[in-house]
Amino acid sequence: MFKILKYSFFDLMRSRWSYVYFAFYLLLGIVLLFLNNDLSKAVITLMNVIIVLVPLIGTIFGVMYYYNSREFTELLLAQPLKRPSIFLGQYLGVALSLSMSLVLGLGIPFIFYGLLKSNAIWDFSLLLITGAFLTFIFTALAFNIAMSNENKIKGFGYAILLWLFLAIIYDGLFLMTLIMFEDYPLDKVSLIGTMLNPIDLSRTLILLKLDISALLGYTGAVFKQFFGTSFGLIISFIMLIVWVILPVLRILYKSKRKDF
Amino acid sequence: MKSLVLHIILCLSLLVSSISFSQTVEVCDSCSTTTLKNAIAKANPFDTISIKKGTYKEYGIKVDKPLTIIGEDYPVIDGQLKGEVITVISDNVTIDGLFVINVGTSYTEDYAAIRVRKSKHFVIQNVVLEKLFFGIYIEKSSYGKLYHNKIIGDAKEEYNSGNGIQLWYSNHIEIEHNYVEHVRDGIYLEFSDDCLIKNNVSAENLRYGLHFMFSNNDIYQDNTFENNGAGVAVMFSKKIKMYNNIFKENWGTASYGMLLKEINDAEIIGNTFEENTIGINIEGSNRILYKHNNFKKNGWAVKVRGACYTNRFIENNFLYNSFDIAYNSKINDNVFDRNYWSNYTGYDLDKDGIGDVPYRPVKLFSYIVNRTPETIILLRSLFIDIIDFSEKVSPVFTPDNLLDHNPLTKKITW
Repeated sequence: MFKILKYSFFDLMRSRWSYVYFAFYLLLGIVLLFLNNDLSKAVITLMNVIIVLVPLIGTIFGVMYYYNSREFTELLLAQPLKRPSIFLGQYLGVALSLSMSLVLGLGIPFIFYGLLKSNAIWDFSLLLITGAFLTFIFTALAFNIAMSNENKIKGFGYAILLWLFLAIIYDGLFLMTLIMFEDYPLDKVSLIGTMLNPIDLSRTLILLKLDISALLGYTGAVFKQFFGTSFGLIISFIMLIVWVILPVLRILYKSKRKDF
Repeated sequence: MKSLVLHIILCLSLLVSSISFSQTVEVCDSCSTTTLKNAIAKANPFDTISIKKGTYKEYGIKVDKPLTIIGEDYPVIDGQLKGEVITVISDNVTIDGLFVINVGTSYTEDYAAIRVRKSKHFVIQNVVLEKLFFGIYIEKSSYGKLYHNKIIGDAKEEYNSGNGIQLWYSNHIEIEHNYVEHVRDGIYLEFSDDCLIKNNVSAENLRYGLHFMFSNNDIYQDNTFENNGAGVAVMFSKKIKMYNNIFKENWGTASYGMLLKEINDAEIIGNTFEENTIGINIEGSNRILYKHNNFKKNGWAVKVRGACYTNRFIENNFLYNSFDIAYNSKINDNVFDRNYWSNYTGYDLDKDGIGDVPYRPVKLFSYIVNRTPETIILLRSLFIDIIDFSEKVSPVFTPDNLLDHNPLTKKITW
């Protein structure tokens, strides 16, 4: 598995897209920091980028890589190798190289800016960690979609739809539900609703750092416990890990049964 | 005329004699006077009582003569939790450098460490109060000064704790450089006019850092209010001037940097509101000028509840607040002009430092959160940004004339 991981990883590292992705974040970081002169604002903008763009790129890139390396996969399958290790290796290769581009691309300008000395370092590391988590989650989801669909167009369509649903439509439905049932106690429902969407989950994690003063304005014991203590942080991280594990398990399950 | 001159001479000679004959009574364990009570009984008006270092277990001390009571190296006056410690009922009393502890707690009487009743021209300074019920209680007194006092309570519940500094029907009091923490209300004014509250720190109090009720023409400036239960409350008062104060980290459901209720004709200038759940909560307050304030990283910078007319928000900085302004109605009669909004996304083509597109500080989402508070969890989601944008283009739920026509493109510095 590690050989395949290594191969995928270096293959991607050499590819143009990784460089473009890396350069994009590098540029974004530099522009945000040196034209803005203000760390708080930069962190807010970065949050928007991370919760919207990272899932999109993770999904598209994951699907694309799977379809592109199909011939290579078939070649590998002819060798005496375990199937799970082939697919897991490919998945980890993609996810790792994407998260590396993200972490390095954003990290380098911030380090040059003198982040290590400022007290925003925790907010910023949280941003990068959630960004990496989102990459892992959405690449895994993309692999799932690609493995279930032989048709490339269909696969891409589903991938975009998945992103659209989780990034925008889900929140719309969520908001409508909350408004429709506003007469009922909703704090548990709203927290559970957040847990079920990885984008919302990572957004909440970052909000815990950025907007804690607003979040504590709502009366509700559940909210207060969730946001006021480290309980919320721990639960959110556990849920993010669950969100990585579940799609990966399905990749393994699917890879054992799939016909080529 | 002659009688007047005589009168003046008589007065002067009396004054001079009283000064020249004023004596010092010393209190210590080995002195002839060992208690403060005895010393007061012994002393003549305008004498000085000097208390040496030591512990004096006394309570119910009545200062009924114009005296200067000075503690050397902070002598401890221990009230043994039995009742009020010092009560001043004479004019011209100075209390300096005492350490008063163990004030009695009562549910029927407001025991204070130091109470001033119906007196004028008193000075209380360099006093340290601990384990108290009420700290310094000024009652129907005027022209007094409270300087450099330190009040450290251990209040746990609102119903059985008292206020740090309380003014009741007292005018022209100066409160400067005091430090109050862990009491119910740090500084509390009721029916007290023309007071000056300056350079104080009020922190970690159970209820309010500073609390005004029915008090007019007061000034408070350069104070710091931090981490109090509900920040600062200014209620039912007129013509209050609030300058250069810092309101910080007042977090919670009913917590504000500042709560304004039924306040008219006030001036709020140069204050900093940082990381509060609500920076300023305004209710029924009219003709207030908000100028040169910094609102930074608050949940809501300004929450307007209703019945607020002709207020002016001019040249303030609104920096990274989750919500800048929240309204709960569609009617607006307040003016927003030349503020800097960090959320402003317009442009400035003629480069005069004023954005060419007006800024709408009230977002649709703040209206939604007002209605269904649980939706706060969707803050900063892409979907919310989209609906906020559509509301910005054509306002339906938010007041459509609530605009800053001249939003500044650079943060204002003074």
